[in-house]
Amino acid sequence: MSLTPKDYDRMTKEASPGTKSWRNIPLAFLIGGLICTLGQGLTQWYLSMGMAKDEAAAWTSVTLVGLSALLTGLRVYDNIAKFGGAGTLVPITGFANAVVSPAIEFKSEGLVLGLGAKMFIIAGPVIVYGITAAAVYGLILFVMGGY
Amino acid sequence: MLPYLKAFLVGGAFCALGQVFIDYTKLTPARILVAYVVSGVVLGGLGIYQPIIDFAGAGATVPLTGFGALLAKGTREALVEKGLLGALSGGFTAAAAGIAAAVVFGFLVALVCRSGDKG
Amino acid sequence: MAVRKGSTLVLETTPRVISYGAVGSKKESEGPLAAGFDQLFPDSTLGEETWEKAECRLQKEAIRIAMEKGKVEPEQLHCLFAGDLLNQCTSSIYGLREVGAPFVGLYGACSTMAESLVMASLFLEGGFGEKAAAITSSHFCSAERQFRFPLEYGGQRTPTSQWTVTGSGAVILGKEIRGVKVCGVTIGRIRDMGVTDANNMGAAMAPAAADTLERFFGDTGRKPAEFDLIATGDLGKVGSDLLLEVLEKDGWSLSGRHNDCGLMIYDRERQQVEAGGSGCGCSASVLCAHILPALERGELKNVLFVATGALMSTTVVQQGESIPGIAHLVWLAADPA
Repeated sequence: MSLTPKDYDRMTKEASPGTKSWRNIPLAFLIGGLICTLGQGLTQWYLSMGMAKDEAAAWTSVTLVGLSALLTGLRVYDNIAKFGGAGTLVPITGFANAVVSPAIEFKSEGLVLGLGAKMFIIAGPVIVYGITAAAVYGLILFVMGGY
Repeated sequence: MLPYLKAFLVGGAFCALGQVFIDYTKLTPARILVAYVVSGVVLGGLGIYQPIIDFAGAGATVPLTGFGALLAKGTREALVEKGLLGALSGGFTAAAAGIAAAVVFGFLVALVCRSGDKG
Repeated sequence: MAVRKGSTLVLETTPRVISYGAVGSKKESEGPLAAGFDQLFPDSTLGEETWEKAECRLQKEAIRIAMEKGKVEPEQLHCLFAGDLLNQCTSSIYGLREVGAPFVGLYGACSTMAESLVMASLFLEGGFGEKAAAITSSHFCSAERQFRFPLEYGGQRTPTSQWTVTGSGAVILGKEIRGVKVCGVTIGRIRDMGVTDANNMGAAMAPAAADTLERFFGDTGRKPAEFDLIATGDLGKVGSDLLLEVLEKDGWSLSGRHNDCGLMIYDRERQQVEAGGSGCGCSASVLCAHILPALERGELKNVLFVATGALMSTTVVQQGESIPGIAHLVWLAADPA
């Protein structure tokens, strides 16, 4: 075989079918948009109950997370994600799915070392980098003053 | 109806952009989520994200960028209130409801459910 | 004793296939080869508590069926050669724990069925025993858990990805005078063309398959047209296309005799498996549900079974390493009588 890795890389690219973006991107838009619309509905509802804006937003997150957890447990969320792609990944429901699915999956290795320890194997980085970025931002504000 | 339409369009746009990253870059979903959260912190910190929230409501708070912006907002507010310690604790405090909900619901659901075969 | 031609071993005693068993689950039961399986479990948990236990059961059932069909007792099995995709060859060890025969655990990723057949054939050819078995398995759910994501995690499969077969195949070989013959083996070399995409295993394995086939044809002087079927084992669509392209560049044509176990076991149009099937259980169950029965019936006379494996470690791939491939070849022929 006289093939170089570079040649082969080119051949692989040609032989590998691309993702169906013409379908994926509109679907992500649609399903992600619908999840956010549901969020908007929840927010309006909580506001109508006399909650403050921040409180309504927090309850909206909590409700969406709960719904996503339920749908994940009922083995439905991944089926929506098959079509929704980033539309089910980017909203907070995707974060919840990333927390709940390993908890379910690794329960077989025990409630502590399985469910407990593996809960954040996918979503952990979001917390790590989110909190770190926020702390860095806080430090910058603190040093610059004038907040 | 307008708030719903705005939420749909802006939220949909955040998701469609995520799909572009999935389809056209080597970024894995986990990296995209990290990128969204960190972008949210940066945009929130720079004061760019709040106008998007004011415009689109849940269309901006539900995507993970909104989670990032919330972290930044909590950090800033706690810094004003408590000083440097607030800069450390503010983000987590602001995000606590969402994270705790994921943990608690995740725990409860996992107690009851098991994973199923696909296909 | 076997005659070495280049790196191919042409077997003199030609160990025979005494019996075999193929088991699968729901998706396999919906595929084109369903009729050839000995047992198809509609529930892929197989009634077990965990996916690992379910996969162990697959191997247990496959060897049980093979032993029943061949009327072989455990003490007659002088060695079991078995492997699977899970860490520490979990499914083989726990699945075959109760058989009580001498055991050798093998890891060749999805090439393990050919690897174990090679070892069993050489074990008999060398005169070290009367009967030996080769068994492998894979399970979609246990593989997803170990290599990819939790099952309930929402993600999209890329078009180059492959679907791990939930199934197992077991073959018992012996020094009988009748039955499908193992005429020769070519042990694969580790080939690495720098593929780093864990969702494109077919591309990672195709160069290894090409290398093994080229060595076999070069060593033996045989032509692809002399074989009724050259079955590579889970290259899928992308890998199969690449294999033919690589061979063509080197001046070889498989003369339309090529098919791939990953393309045979599922209907890609209908079953949403993207580029095709994969896993140790893929080539193993295609061998035992389709190829060996066809050889026994005389519908196929001369077959090259080339199972391919992507020797991937999730750890070092995360560290930036590429994915090496391997392909072992087993030359099977129908009993002329």
